[in-house]
Amino acid sequence: MNIVTALSGVVIKELYRRKDFYVLFILTALITLVMGSISFFNDARIARYLKEICLMLIWISALVIATTTTARQIPAERENRTIFPLLAKPVTRWHVVAGKFLGCWLASGMALVVFYFFFAVVSGTRDSHWPLLQYAQIVLLHWAMLAVVISLTLLGSVILSAPSSNMTICLVFVLGILLLGRHLNQVALEQPEPIRSLIYLVYYVIPHLEWYDVRDLIIYEHKLIAWSDCALAGLYAFVYSGFLLMGTWLAFRRKPLHL
Amino acid sequence: MEPILETNGLRVEYRVQNGQGPKVAVRDLNLAVYPGEVFGFLGPNGAGKTTTMNVLLGFVIATGGSARLFGVDVREPIARQRIGYLPELTYYYKFLTVEELLRFYARVFGLSRDEADRRIDGLLKLVELEHARKRPIKTYSKGMQQRVGLAQALINNPDLLILDEPTSGLDPLGRMKVREIIQRLKREGKTVFFSSHELGEVETVCDRVAIINEGELKVVGRVSELVESHQANLEQIFLSMIGYKPEPVV
Repeated sequence: MNIVTALSGVVIKELYRRKDFYVLFILTALITLVMGSISFFNDARIARYLKEICLMLIWISALVIATTTTARQIPAERENRTIFPLLAKPVTRWHVVAGKFLGCWLASGMALVVFYFFFAVVSGTRDSHWPLLQYAQIVLLHWAMLAVVISLTLLGSVILSAPSSNMTICLVFVLGILLLGRHLNQVALEQPEPIRSLIYLVYYVIPHLEWYDVRDLIIYEHKLIAWSDCALAGLYAFVYSGFLLMGTWLAFRRKPLHL
Repeated sequence: MEPILETNGLRVEYRVQNGQGPKVAVRDLNLAVYPGEVFGFLGPNGAGKTTTMNVLLGFVIATGGSARLFGVDVREPIARQRIGYLPELTYYYKFLTVEELLRFYARVFGLSRDEADRRIDGLLKLVELEHARKRPIKTYSKGMQQRVGLAQALINNPDLLILDEPTSGLDPLGRMKVREIIQRLKREGKTVFFSSHELGEVETVCDRVAIINEGELKVVGRVSELVESHQANLEQIFLSMIGYKPEPVV
């Protein structure tokens, strides 16, 4: 465990020493600040609409940070050959996969907390309303969703050596699931066999990341989700990430170390 | 005495892209390195030195034969608990400072914080990088980066050091410093296994040498005995072992 946490520490240090992270963060913060503070004729619908855009921006920024950080981890180790002195120590490739995952997940989690904290301050100051438990559920479910995205990107990074192609494919895949995932079963119903079974198969195999999108809790001030449901969603993300990390390790196990 | 490093009938084959049969990089290599000796592993470029080192470090899986460190199969991560490795070029996280890098490797070896602090201070003193301990590695010169490499290879106080051309690309002063460190380690009873093209340096530092060419072990023995038996210096022995024939002067 010491090795995995040590490796994750290096990933986190790398993230906060990179300039692109700050550019994205400042951009998101600025847009949130501007959109959160302007008022259009005191219309609650417009305020909700702006909140929706701000939260969508946070989702996009978090996805970009998670995929860009993860996609370059293993290829950069191989390209810069830092993997050699690392694996010359009592470090296995499984340690590398687990350490990279943990580092990227923690780093994304920290970025997420900062984003939501900033949004909560801007939104709370304006509405004088602080639904802290709703925020806790949003952040936790969002973070669980990022675990699946990060493990998926990590798997992509050992199959595709170019981080840009891996990042693009993962982003398209994740956005596709977020937009279409919940409708696939309805689409299947309208199709003849065997297309119907095929679409159902896809529906049951893909990770349902759309379940973790609970922004409405803040936008429409919905009631809290049952904590047991949150725990089940967390378990689902945990199991899915586990399978993807296992796949990453199997693909990386016998891969040549140099690119 | 049990060897610290041992290969028996080691064979490494690579698949070749153009559809021809596999290329043999190392064939039936038998080596044994004993505790406390400095062992030079020599050969021209492409002879199989780095491939052999890669097998010993677990980077490449051998096609046949066996390789053991401290009696443990090299495929087991625990075999690398007591070794230090210095790669030919400096491959480190350049956004970290040398202190952070050494602390990271100390954590990998499970050293306590106090022990890590003590070793980091000692190593930075040994490689003369105390003044630059808070600077990112990317700001270091090549010689300084090579010394970072030596410091990281020694963080676990290893019993066996594997050095891949440790003086490659260094200026004479840098080479001298690396040589002094190797000699100091030898006095401390450490075992050093290193590859080099600098035959003069090998002659000065090594107890025994092995010469490899086209993946085959050509000769192995004490430097003084080889020089005496061949009635030639190490460079002449090396050239004759790799089949070099000088052009006749017209």
